[in-house]
Amino acid sequence: MMNFTNLLLAGLATGAIYALVAIGFTLLWQTSQTINFAQGEFVMVPAFFALAALNVGMPLPLALLVGLGLSMLVLGVLFKRLLVDPMLRHGVLPLAICTMALSIFLKETVKEVYSAEASRFPSFLPGGNLSIFGTTISIQSLSIFVFALCVVVALQMFLMRTSTGRQMQATAQNPYVAKLLGVPVERMILYTFLINAALVAIASFLISPVYLAKFSAGETLGLAAFIAAIVGGFNQIRGAIVGGLLLGVVDNLAAAYVSTQYRGAVPLFLLIAVILFRPQGLMGRAEERTV
Amino acid sequence: MSRSLLLKGFGLLIVAGLIFIPLTLNRYGIYIMSLWAIMTIAAMGLNLTLGYAGQVSLAQGAFVGLGAYTVAIMMSAGFGFWLPLVLAIAITFVVGWLLGYPALRVQHHYLAFVTLAFSTLVFLVFRNEEWLTKGIYGIMGFKRPTAFGVSFQKPIEFYYFTLAALALASAFVAWLVRSPWGRAFLALRENPIRALSLGVDTRRYTLMAFAIGSAMGGFAGALYAPLVEFVDPTPFTLALSLNLLMMVIVGGSGFFFGPFLGAAIGVLLPEWLRFAHGWYLIIYALFVMILLIKTPTGILGIIENMIAARKTRAASAARAAASATLDKA
Repeated sequence: MMNFTNLLLAGLATGAIYALVAIGFTLLWQTSQTINFAQGEFVMVPAFFALAALNVGMPLPLALLVGLGLSMLVLGVLFKRLLVDPMLRHGVLPLAICTMALSIFLKETVKEVYSAEASRFPSFLPGGNLSIFGTTISIQSLSIFVFALCVVVALQMFLMRTSTGRQMQATAQNPYVAKLLGVPVERMILYTFLINAALVAIASFLISPVYLAKFSAGETLGLAAFIAAIVGGFNQIRGAIVGGLLLGVVDNLAAAYVSTQYRGAVPLFLLIAVILFRPQGLMGRAEERTV
Repeated sequence: MSRSLLLKGFGLLIVAGLIFIPLTLNRYGIYIMSLWAIMTIAAMGLNLTLGYAGQVSLAQGAFVGLGAYTVAIMMSAGFGFWLPLVLAIAITFVVGWLLGYPALRVQHHYLAFVTLAFSTLVFLVFRNEEWLTKGIYGIMGFKRPTAFGVSFQKPIEFYYFTLAALALASAFVAWLVRSPWGRAFLALRENPIRALSLGVDTRRYTLMAFAIGSAMGGFAGALYAPLVEFVDPTPFTLALSLNLLMMVIVGGSGFFFGPFLGAAIGVLLPEWLRFAHGWYLIIYALFVMILLIKTPTGILGIIENMIAARKTRAASAARAAASATLDKA
C-alpha cells in the first residue's frame, strides 16, 4: 500500500511536469500550427543554461532566473523569429521537419559544447521523506507536484482573468476575427512562444534534479509531451493537464506492475487507442476535419 | 529537343558515375554508397506514401527494421537469401496495410502520431523479445547472398547488388506513378473527397499507398541486413523514421528523383562533414533548417519553380509581343 501511494505520488509529480510541457506544446499548435518536434529538447536545454550560470559562480536562484531568461530569449523569441516565422506560410509539414532538424541541432550542440555526460542538477525544492500515518511520502515528489500545479493554475488565471490572456485565447480560436476585433495578433503569438519557453524552463528545473541533466534527456520527454497532449485533447489546455497527469501515473504504475521492459509501450497503446476511438482526446472538442 | 538530350546525357553521366566511381573508393566509401542506395529505396517508399498519396508516416524506419530482422533471423536459420527477401517484403506489405487503417480514420498530425507510436512499439519489440531478435546483442553470422552462381560477398560486389536493387525499385516506382494507380494516389493527396466522388476507391488506395510504401521499406531493410552483416535494434529507432522523412522533404516530396537527392544529403553529407568531428551533425541540422527555410518544397521543388517562372516569363514575353503586333494592326 505504501508502495502504491508513493508510486502514485511519483506518477503525479512526473505527470504534472509532462502537463507543463504538453500545455506549451498545445499552445504553440493552437496559435501558430507549430508541431514542435523539438519540445523535448526545449525541456533539456534550460537546465544547461542554468548549469552554465552556476558554473560561472552564480547562486542557484539567480542561475535559475538566468536560465529562464535565456530560454525565453532563445527558445521563445529566436525560435519564433528565425524558424517559425519564415516557415509558417509553407504549411505544417515543412515546419515540423524543421523542428526535427532543430532537435538534432540542440541535442548535438549541448553534447559538444557542454558535455556528453549526465550532470547533477541542484533542486530548489525541499527533499527528504515525510511520515504520515505510518506511510512514508517523498517530499520531493510532493513539492514538484504542488509547484507544477501552482504554475498551471497561475497560467489558467492569466489566460482566463486578464485581458491579455483573453486576447491570447481569441487569437488561438480565430486569428482573423481576433484581428478584426483589434487584438494585436502578432504580439499575442509572440507571448505564446514566450509562455511555452517559460513552461519548458520550469519543467526543466523541476525534472533535471530527478533524472539528471543530459543532452539526450529530451527524447523521452518530447514523446511524453506529444502523448499527453493528444490523449488529453490537442486543442485544450485542460486536456493537456489531464493527459499529462494520466500519462505520468500510468507510466509509473506500468513500470511497477506490468513490466519494466514494456513500460514505454503502455502509454503508446493508450495513445493509439485514444486516437482511434476518440481522436479529439479525452477532454477535447471535436476538431473539424480538414478536407 | 536539345534540352531533353542534355538531360539524357546528364542522366547517363550520373549512372556511369554510380557504376564506376565506387571502383576508386575504399571499403568504407563503398559501404556509404551502398547505404545510400538502400536508403534511397526506403525513401522512395515513403515518397509514395507521403509525396504521392499524401499520407504522413513516421514509421518507415520501423519497416526497414522489420525487413532487416526478417532476413537476419531467417538467414541465421539457414534459409538462403531469396525466400527471406520475399517474406520480408510480404510481411512489411501486410503490416503496412494494417497501419493504413488508422489513416482511414485520422489525418495529418494525428496520423503522424499513430505511426510514431507504432514505430516506437516496433523498436521495443526488437529490443525486448530476445528469444526472437536476441535483444540488444543483435544477430550476426549470416552471409551475403549469391545469385545465379555469382557471389556478392565482397563490398564492391554487394554494392552492385544494391545498385541493381535500386534500379529495379526505381523502375517499379516509375511504372507505378505513371499507371492509373499513381494518378489515383495523386487524386488522394490533392482532394480525397473529389477523388471519391469521381469513383476512386479512396479506402483501398489509402491502404495500398501504405502497404506499397512500407513494402519498399521492408525491401530496403532486407538489403540492409546483409550489407552490415549484423542487425541490432539501435539503427531502427524513431530517429531513422524521422531521417527518412527528412530525406523525402529535403529532396522534394512528390518528385520522382526527390528521394535520390534527399538520401544523398541524408547519407553522404554527414560523411563529408566528418572532418568537423562532433560538430558534423550540428552543421548538418543547420544545413537542413536553412535549406528548408529557403526551399520548403525541397530542392527539386525550387528547380521546378525556376522552370515554371522561366516558362511564365517566356509566355508573358510572347503575349507582350503578340499584343504589340495586335496594337500595330
